[in-house]
Order: sequence, then structure tokens, then C-alpha cells
Amino acid sequence: MRDLKLKACQIRQGVLQLIHEAKTGHIGGDMSVTDILVDLYYKQMNVSPEGMQDPDRDRFVLSKGHSVEALYTILADKGFFPKDELKTYSQYGSKFIGHPNNKINGIEMNTGSLGHGLSVGVGMAMAGKMDKRDYRVYVVMGDGEMAEGSVWEAIMAAGHYKLDNITAFVDRNRLQISGTTEQVMSQDSQEQRWASFGWNVLSIPGNDMEAIDAAVQLSKETKGKPTVIIANTTKGCGVSFMENQAGWHHRVPTDEEFAQGMKELKEKEAAL
Amino acid sequence: MSNIANKQAICNVLLKASETDKDIVVLCSDSRGSASMTEFAKQRPEQFVEVGIAEQNLVSISAGLAVCGKKAFAVSPASFLSTRSMEQAKVDAAYSKTNVTLIGISGGVSYGALGMTHHSANDIATMASIPNMRVYLPSDHLQTEKLIEALLQDKLPSYVRVGRNAVEPVYEEGNVPFTMDKATTVCDGNDVAIIACGEMVKPAKDAAAILAKDGIKARVIDMYCLKPLDSEAILKAAKETKVIVTVEEHSPFGGLGSMVAQVVAANEPKRVINLSLPDEPVVTGKSAEVFKHYGLDAEGIAKKVKELV
Ligand SMILES: Cc1ncc(C[n+]2csc(CCOP(=O)(O)OP(=O)(O)O)c2C)c(N)n1
Ligand SMILES: [Mg+2]
Repeated sequence: MRDLKLKACQIRQGVLQLIHEAKTGHIGGDMSVTDILVDLYYKQMNVSPEGMQDPDRDRFVLSKGHSVEALYTILADKGFFPKDELKTYSQYGSKFIGHPNNKINGIEMNTGSLGHGLSVGVGMAMAGKMDKRDYRVYVVMGDGEMAEGSVWEAIMAAGHYKLDNITAFVDRNRLQISGTTEQVMSQDSQEQRWASFGWNVLSIPGNDMEAIDAAVQLSKETKGKPTVIIANTTKGCGVSFMENQAGWHHRVPTDEEFAQGMKELKEKEAAL
Repeated sequence: MSNIANKQAICNVLLKASETDKDIVVLCSDSRGSASMTEFAKQRPEQFVEVGIAEQNLVSISAGLAVCGKKAFAVSPASFLSTRSMEQAKVDAAYSKTNVTLIGISGGVSYGALGMTHHSANDIATMASIPNMRVYLPSDHLQTEKLIEALLQDKLPSYVRVGRNAVEPVYEEGNVPFTMDKATTVCDGNDVAIIACGEMVKPAKDAAAILAKDGIKARVIDMYCLKPLDSEAILKAAKETKVIVTVEEHSPFGGLGSMVAQVVAANEPKRVINLSLPDEPVVTGKSAEVFKHYGLDAEGIAKKVKELV
């Protein structure tokens, strides 16, 4: 677990650096979702740079595609592509655009328009059942994203087909662009909402590596129904002045903010 | 003069009109900031509706408000508004002929490196193909003001696309020729007609200035009204000039170029050359980089015209 926590701390530094250099990115949601991605990519998921053609690999869909910087940083660290290539992120002519793109090794599905990922995940899970393969499908969504009606069509279908090979995450950071989710469009009682569609619901502190890992493990063992992990996270997690601030959804840090953020993350790393 | 984004002009007009017109309702889908509607939401909370990230709901709620007498302005990124909620636009806004104005913000490739999910290179095609739906791409903030004021005068559905960035104005304060549903001739000439819409009008105008130095007289037509299209202006240009070049921040299919060619082919056959975005996800980059890449900047347009005349 300590390794994973260290990794999460390093990935956050990578994200901060990437966004500071490119002068663009969605940093708040990157920071809230980092621990989930680290547990999936460094422990729970069966995916590797060489194995992207393996029909038995686990499938991952970042439905909240704007958190692509966290995903890119992890994929680069895991060797899905040379780290240097990522320096072109968002620059003229780059293949690293501001949302996941399957021209890039490691990315299954193009996202960026919210509210698609879970439906795609349902399709992937159905294919797994049809082909009797035991891969698992992981989909990560935002809590603001839960306002899209299509999400609920997917939730209904997964419940109906009892797709126990899918684990969905809601990055419940309680913020979206215009403010808190409760101001913009209420998302409380996620637990009851999902449960009423036949899902196994696990509600956890979403930046707690042990809790994430235990919940994913439990989701793998749950038979007969799909599992959703309501990850109660902190948007901007890890950098004090970004935490719980709607404005940091896609603000770009100044040089001073960058230095301060790196300092805080390094201190956290050292304390682990 | 500092540049003002077209979306800001929309907010300004609606703020002013809603001082007295209490039927105006602005709706956003977690988009008020990018729509420059934060000020409207603050000053007119009782005339503002937030629906969250739910573009389909946005359009249908707008239609519901409209059939009950409201003047609904649904303001959301053009990419999502013109595709995600296309059926709502078709059935609830257009087919039922409700007083809904769809404002597609950050249109075309405004979102730059965010990529294809965020680009709306097909909104003219999708929206114009819907019966009863009108389609407008104003060129600058001054024309945008005139357009929104005109749209407030009628009760029919329409789609308006504006870009994300503040662009240099085409017209001058106090001198903004505007007749509803009639194209504006930005400058006159009989060698070539450059018909452009939206943010492409300014580079077209600048291209005409470049061409003038080479003795080529270009007529630049601002076809902000894609539907109803000003066929008269197109046919006049077809008669009086040697070749027509259309310029649009849109897919090569179903946009300004297709529409102009259709009118010209049927009535006054002549060459129509279409400059547009390609039929593929566009190159990563900021708007200006994308335009330059595909020859949609003033130099690119001028170069193409020189090849033709
Ligand atoms: C269909 C669609 N509508 C709007 C957007 C624009 N958008 C990008 S991120 C975002 C807010 C997302 O909030 P949330 O889902 O809570 O994500 P997080 O807080 O994790 O960043 C919005 C509205 C989009 N990408 N897709
Ligand atoms: Mg959120």
C-alpha cells in the first residue's frame, strides 16, 4: 500500500508539471481521481503496454475524459509510450489531445463528451459475457456527469443484465464547473439511486488507497450484480489551495502556484 | 478598441432586454461561465435556469418554457447542443415551432486541443437539415448584437453559433449594416466572390485586402444567415463575378459551401470552391493554428483565390 501511495503522490506531481508546462488541463478532477487510477493501473487491472491486443485484458474507460492528464501521466510512467512524447501534450500537431484518444497505446475508447462511458462499458461487459471471457470492465465517471440522462440508461441496462463484470466509479468530489453539485444539480443519495437499479453499492473515502483497493477487490467478488464505488473524494486533492475549489476545475497554475504545489506534494511524499 | 467575444454580446443584449421583458429565460448546462452568462445568472436569478450537465433536458425544458409563453435561450457548447440534443432540437424546438433560441457557444474548433468531442464542425449541417430551424453564424460582436435583437422580435426557433474567443470586429461601432436574413456585402468587387460565415468573415475580409494589392477585386459576402440562405446575394455574385469561393469553419459537407453550390448549380452555373475544415478529426492546436493549417486564415484564402483567378 505504501508503494501505491507513493506512486499516487508522484503521479500528482507529474500532472501538475504537465499542466503547468502545457498551460492547459483539468487539474481539479485529475487530483481527485488519481488514487483510483493508481490502484487500478498499478494493482488491480490486468493491462500492460504489450498486452493491449490480448482479448482477456481488463478494459478501462475514463468517462470523465477531461481528467486525461492523470491517465496520460500513468500510461507514460507504465511505458505505454515514451515519456518524452507527452511533452507535446496539447501542442500543435500532437496526438496527445486534451481528452483520451485511442490513437494512443493504452487507451481503449475516445471520450470527452460526458455521459457515454458507462454505456460503452456495458457493451464491453456484455461482449465479455458473450465470449465467456473473464476480463473486467472499469468505468470512471464524474459526479456532475451523473446529470446526463444517458448515464441512467446505462445503469438500468447493467442492472437488468446483471453485469457482475463491471465496476463503475463515481468520483464524488461534489464539484463541477459552475459550483457545487448540490447548487448546480443535486447528486446526493447516489447510494440509493444506484441501488434501486439493482447495483451493489460501495461508498468509500475516495482518496484513501486502502479503501479503494478493498472496494475494488469486493467488486470483483460480487456475483449477480454490477458494482458501483461511490468514491467520496476531494477535488484538487493533495494541493491545499486547489482543494474543494470549483475554480480549479481547469485553472492553470502560475509559476508560484506550481512551486508551492510541488513543495506540498514532495512533503507529502517524504512523510509517507 | 478591445475585442469582445460574440457570446459576451449575447449576454449584454439579453441583460438589457430582460430589464423590461420578464419572459426572457436563459438556460445553461453547467456552461454559464464559458457562455459568459455568469453575469446574467447573477443579475436575473429569477430568469435563469441551470439544468446541470444535461443538454437534452436543456433543450426540451426550453421548449416547455416556450410553449408557456417564455422566450427561451438555451446556451451550451455548440458541439453538444447540435448533436447530443439534436432530436430535442428537431422535435421539441423545431417541429413544435416553439420560441427557443439555441445558442451554440465555443463553436467550430474553438476548443482547440480538447479535440473532436468538443468541436462542432457539423452544426450547420445538422441544424439546417431540420425543418423550421433557422441557422445563424454571426461574424463579430456588433453583428451578433443586431442578430439577437432581431431574434427577440419573433417567436420562431433558431440556432446561433458563436465562437469562444474574442475576435477582431468586421464592422465599426455605429456602422453595422444589418438586414435580417439578408447577407451583408463587406466589400465589393467583381473578380471573385468570397462568401464566408461566422469567424471566417474577418480573414476573408483581410484576404480581400491582400488580393487588392495584386489588383484582384474581391467581393466579400458575410452570409451570417445560413438558413434562410440569402440566395439573391449568391446569384448576384454568381452573375457578376468570375468564381465563387466559400469559407467556413465547418465540415466540407452540408455547410455553407454545399448550400451555395446548390443554389449556384441550379440557377447560374459557375465554379464554386469550398474552403472548409477537412473530413477528419482536425489537427491538434489552437483555433489560429488550426485555421492556418487548413488554409483558412487570410493568407491561405488569398493564396487559394490567386490560384483561381
Ligand atoms: C456532454 C458534455 N457536456 C459538457 C461538457 C463540458 N464539461 C467538461 S468537464 C465538466 C464538468 C464535469 O464535472 P464532473 O463530472 O463533476 O467532473 P470532475 O468534478 O471530476 O472534474 C463539463 C460540464 C462535456 N465535456 N461533455
Ligand atoms: Mg465533480
